Amino acid sequence: MSNNEKMYDNRLGIIGWLGGGRWGIERYLYIIHRLAGVGVLIFFILHIFEGNLRIFGPEIWNPVMKVMEHPVFKVGELFIIIGFAFHALNGIRLILIELGWAVGKAEEPVYPYKSSLNTQRPLMVIMLLLAILLIAAGGFDLMFLGH
Amino acid sequence: MDKENQQKRDIILHIRRFDPERDESPHLEQYTVKVEPGMTILDGLHQIKQNQDSTLSWRFSCRMGVCGSCAMLVSGRPMLACNTQILDITDRALTLAPLPNFDIIRDLVPDLTRLFEDHVAIQPYIQGQDAEEMENPTGEFFQTPHELEKYLQFSYCIKCGCCMTACPTMATDREYLGPMALAQAYRYNTDSRDRGYESRKSVIGASHSTFNCHYAGECSNVCPKGVDPARAIQLMKRDLVLDYLKLKKRKKACRVMGIPSDVERKPSIPFPPYTVEQK
Ligand code: SF4
Ligand code: SF4
Ligand code: FES
Repeated sequence: MSNNEKMYDNRLGIIGWLGGGRWGIERYLYIIHRLAGVGVLIFFILHIFEGNLRIFGPEIWNPVMKVMEHPVFKVGELFIIIGFAFHALNGIRLILIELGWAVGKAEEPVYPYKSSLNTQRPLMVIMLLLAILLIAAGGFDLMFLGH
Repeated sequence: MDKENQQKRDIILHIRRFDPERDESPHLEQYTVKVEPGMTILDGLHQIKQNQDSTLSWRFSCRMGVCGSCAMLVSGRPMLACNTQILDITDRALTLAPLPNFDIIRDLVPDLTRLFEDHVAIQPYIQGQDAEEMENPTGEFFQTPHELEKYLQFSYCIKCGCCMTACPTMATDREYLGPMALAQAYRYNTDSRDRGYESRKSVIGASHSTFNCHYAGECSNVCPKGVDPARAIQLMKRDLVLDYLKLKKRKKACRVMGIPSDVERKPSIPFPPYTVEQK
């Protein structure tokens, strides 16, 4: 510490992590990516648990399957599709970016500044469109074909 | 005179204030400043200090976007106070607060110790291939324009800390090195004269470092110098991955251009005549 005076801890913590405000779209994708990831993980754990109820025989399995037919679970399933599609495709974008493929080369900064965010944006748009396509297909399957 | 006054507007500045001797936590105070076109936030602060409240504190030095000391949170976004004109962002009111993620020393003055410690940690200097040549140079290192371009963008950083304030990883991880230091590590790693990658590796490859960046991209969005730290960090990730896979290209030896012996050096610029008579 540079001096002994009392200082005020101004770290933003979780609010700074979540905080949207005047931020760019990649910042929101960063948050949604995390939330979708945690959501899908929770689903997987529940799914394994539910699938394993089988070992207790049909007396337990059948009533549980009855509960699962409730519309709430249908909506839940739709959220899983959304979360999964987004997390997978945005994840591919992040992998490409973090391996330095979609961020371009260093360039002379000329005002108004363009950054690697601009370089990767076409990729972002493609991935989001693909995610929407996947969600639409999954949703159609769920709602109308009833799988 | 009338025309001059017509152009002036009353703008309200809400300023987050903190006096370590009296306050437990910061509070907002309100000031009204007369703003004319072209006036920067820094000018506004000077006006308040001169006419309304002499205890208001903030940091500044160059007042032209070069030194990086006047960075502050302007209506929720980190910016340089000297580089931002008030009427460009508002015609009514704005809020000024010290850079978050750093402790507040007083009013708008953040404690940047962390920023400089991080900068030191990545060894921000050229570590040449030949120690003897570095100490007693016999000529100039040769560098092509292409080699220069690889790092030039990142060398424009003025260490203002805006990026460290905007970064969501910085907000939750106290030990995260932060975009400024990481971008600087990349700047030196890619310099054709530098051989410091191996000794920096223990810092940039550790946890709370390069791989804790998840490309929220805010650092590049707010950087007042167009440095694009997010790009530098992703390119550094690639280097680290390629290095791990043993696929990283070795740097070519950096030639030293000796001083040519068959030409004569231009005479140095003569010392200007004294403007005041010497005794
Ligand atoms: S990278 Fe940009 S925002 Fe960050 S310290 Fe350097 S100049 Fe400031
Ligand atoms: S790109 Fe990385 S360093 Fe920059 S704000 Fe995002 S997480 Fe922080
Ligand atoms: S006073 Fe130097 S950058 Fe603003």
